[in-house]
Amino acid sequence: MKFLPTVFAALCLVWATTGLAGLEKFDFTGNVDEDRYKELIAEIRCLVCQNQSLSDSDAELAHDLRQEVYDLMQTGQENVQIIDFLVARYGDFVLYSPPVKPSTYLLWYGPFVLLAIGILFLVKTVRQRTRQTETGFSAQEKARLKAILGEEADGDKKA
Amino acid sequence: MPRFVRYLAPLVAFLALAGLLYKGLSLDPRKVPSPLIDKPAPEFSLTRLKQPEATLGSADLKGKVTLFNVWATWCVACRSEHPVLMQLAESGKVAIYGLNYKDDRAEAQRWLLRYGDPYLANAFDNDGRVGIDWGVYGTPETFIVDQQGIIRHKHIGPLTQEVVRDEILPLVEKLEASSG
Repeated sequence: MKFLPTVFAALCLVWATTGLAGLEKFDFTGNVDEDRYKELIAEIRCLVCQNQSLSDSDAELAHDLRQEVYDLMQTGQENVQIIDFLVARYGDFVLYSPPVKPSTYLLWYGPFVLLAIGILFLVKTVRQRTRQTETGFSAQEKARLKAILGEEADGDKKA
Repeated sequence: MPRFVRYLAPLVAFLALAGLLYKGLSLDPRKVPSPLIDKPAPEFSLTRLKQPEATLGSADLKGKVTLFNVWATWCVACRSEHPVLMQLAESGKVAIYGLNYKDDRAEAQRWLLRYGDPYLANAFDNDGRVGIDWGVYGTPETFIVDQQGIIRHKHIGPLTQEVVRDEILPLVEKLEASSG
């Protein structure tokens, strides 16, 4: 258990550094809404460190793309237009929420298909089990069972 | 027969899953397919790396099959692919243009002096804006642009002899033959 404090310390370090991606000091006094900007860059994936969003990443490209997003917002572009701009260059991969289209059907609907198969399987198994307990004994076994149970019942009476 | 099927089903399911995961092992998540394939090369016009007074632009990439290589002196993998580019340039099989991406002009010029210059010319993309238009996210990247200025292929990561032999040259030859 000696390593636990080490692990804890390491985790603290990780926590301490997350969210520290050097966000540029943009001017939000103009026509660029800071909340909208922050929401938008949180939805866009950084292609360099692929499991980070633009707002989390400290990669050079993330800096450039944040600048690009800010500039596009400043020219009055809507979120949809900005996202289209990025998708046209980097593909759907830049989006954390991929669009529903034939190539992503498996991604979006696959889990539900698997769930349905699982439920079908479960229902089938449960039904089979109940049927087995109903007709699980042969006539001979039933007679023997009755005899045993009968004896016990008699015994109870005697006691 | 149904009993036989019932016993075999888990095995089939397992093999299918194992096959899927095995394929996943050989996929590189860093290689994101480019939406620019089969689209016209993004328009640009930048100063040339060696002759800042002249420009290099998307118009220069038309008329012949070209390789458009994105590189920088700070990019370690670019150094490793450089000899491959030199060899390809010497073979004269395809015209190579470069995009010097977010680099220092003097340093990039020194690099070409020191290690050799495989490029017909380089566009100097100081702030990386043209790189963004080309969807560059990790140098080195190499595009193949056909005679009409349409992007036909993108290779992400350093070129190797094998990549040039198996991927680049066959496609260049095919493109050249298609509209000679």
